[in-house]
This record gives sequence, structure tokens and C-alpha cells, in this order.
Amino acid sequence: MRPVIPYVTAALLFGLGVYGVLRRRNAVLVLMAVELMLNAVNLILVTADTTVRAQLPHGGQVFALFVIVLAAAEIGVGLAIVLQLYRLRASVAVDEVPLTERPSPERPAEPAVAVAVAGGDARPGPTARPGGDVRPGSAERPEGER
Amino acid sequence: MTAADALLLALGAVAVGSGVLVVATRHLVRAGLYLVVCLGALAGMYLVLTAELVAWVQVLIYVGAVVVLLLFAVMLTRAPIGASDDLDRPGWAAALIGGGTGFGLAALLVDAYRWTAVELPDAGTAERLGDQIFRSWVLPFEVLSVLLLSALVGAIVLSRPDIGRPKAQGPAADQSHTGRSGPGIAGGDPGDEGGRSR
Repeated sequence: MRPVIPYVTAALLFGLGVYGVLRRRNAVLVLMAVELMLNAVNLILVTADTTVRAQLPHGGQVFALFVIVLAAAEIGVGLAIVLQLYRLRASVAVDEVPLTERPSPERPAEPAVAVAVAGGDARPGPTARPGGDVRPGSAERPEGER
Repeated sequence: MTAADALLLALGAVAVGSGVLVVATRHLVRAGLYLVVCLGALAGMYLVLTAELVAWVQVLIYVGAVVVLLLFAVMLTRAPIGASDDLDRPGWAAALIGGGTGFGLAALLVDAYRWTAVELPDAGTAERLGDQIFRSWVLPFEVLSVLLLSALVGAIVLSRPDIGRPKAQGPAADQSHTGRSGPGIAGGDPGDEGGRSR
């Protein structure tokens, strides 16, 4: 068995995953590209398990199993976030997510305080933002509820 | 060039080809189905590399659970049927970084292994892997189970908007709630909570 074949396959798959994460706009497609990268890592681990004679046998395959479990947890949380984003914004385009705005109207009390504190000491420029930022979120929230 | 090499080459070509289609196709649902092909080819490579248990777990969890979850997400976000043009960002930088990563790693590994051949070890059956997991890797296994539990609880909390919202307990809390978040939301939410609790 030539180990260079699965190694090169895994490297190309990882490159494809990186390309997909950077290129895609749809958050679900970004998650699919992340799965490609995780599988490339799994292939590297399994191939290394056959080529490297370690002191503990089958360590690479055990690690591949662990990575599969991690991927399952990651996809569960990731899809929960994506669906919540879709409920709030009616869109899953990752480049339309505003990073500076207060993200969620889910907890009206605590994030408002946090933004007020951050605006007070860390960001002197947009001090007028917190008051205005509550509005679009609270205006969209009832639509999600209906 | 043995039979294992030929199989690995063929399955690797299938995996890379369908991986290209996953990141390049303009149909959302087809991307998920190409991902199934890619993961299935990878499971075949695991079988050739004598990792039996990993191959079947791959089929079970990835093809059976993860891809189905992804397809559910595609449907729940009301993806359009047919080709859609707004799936991609302009991507010469993505092509540069992705291609650089992929071909750089490939060059590194080719340089490290250079068509050498190794003997395949004895197969990683469920018995041997279970022996290793429960003898040498017990602590990571347990930590991983706690992590899975917390991830599931986190997913539930994320997807239920009525968990984690500050409860309006009595008139004082109601007052502070109203004072902070403005008239629009205060009119809707505490009434909503009260109606639900009644």
C-alpha cells in the first residue's frame, strides 16, 4: 500500500474545504465545506495509523472516531445557530450578518446593558448606537413569533 | 501497484471529484447529495486502509445523520429548487488560499513519502478498537461524552427562544424590563410570557 495516495487525497480535500468555506455565501454550504475539512483530517489520521507504528496500536483510528463525534456535536450546534439566524433575518447569507450591530433581540435586558457598557468605555464613537440598535431587532422579533 | 493502490486511487478520485462538485455546484440540494458520494468514497478508503469500525461509523454518523441534518437545514431555510446564482462570493482570494493550502500540503506529503510502500497492519475491528478506547483512551472518551451532552443542551437552548429570556417576576422586574428595552418590545414580550404561564 502506497500511503502517498490517501495522503494526497486528504490534502486536496482539505484545500477544497478551505476554498468552500471562503467562497460560499450560504451558511449551510459553509457547514458542508467544514465537513469536507474534518473528513480530510480523518483520512490523514487513519492513514497515519497504518503507516506509523506507534506504541499504542490503532491510536489514529481512535482519534478518527473522536473527530467524528466532535463533528456530530459541531453540526448540531451549527445548524441550531443557522436556523436561529434564518428566523431572525430570513436569510442565511454569511456576508449579510452585521457584526457591529447588537446581534439578537432574544434577551432584551442583558445584552442592552453589555452594549451600553462597551459603548461607554471601549467604543467612544458609536455611543448613540445602543439606543438605536434595539429597534430593528425588536421590530423583527414579532414577525418571527408570528 | 497492488490492488489496494488501485482501489485507493479510484476511491480518492471519486472523493476529490465529488468534493469539487460540493464546493462548486449551484444547486443546494445537489451539494448535499455530492457530499454523500464524497463521504461514501472516504468510507471505502477507510475499508481499504483496514479501518473497519471507522468506516462503518462514518457511514452511520456522516451519511446517515450529518447529511440528513444538512438536508433538513437546506429545506428549513427555504432553499430555492433549481440553480441559484447568489451562492458564491467573488472568489479569487478563496481559490488562491484553498489551492495554496491543498497543493502545499500535497507537495509536503509527496515529498515526505515519495511512493514508498508499507505493509497494511491487522484490521481495526470493533474488538481491537474497543480494547484501545476503554483501556488507553478512557479519559478523552468520557470528556467527549460530557462535550456531546453540553453541545446537545446548547443546541436546544439556542433553538428555543423562550429559554434564557429573563423572567418577569412581579411588578418590579416588569418595570425594569419595560424601562430598559423600550415601548415596542415591552408591550409584546411580558404579556406573552404572562399568557404562557397562565
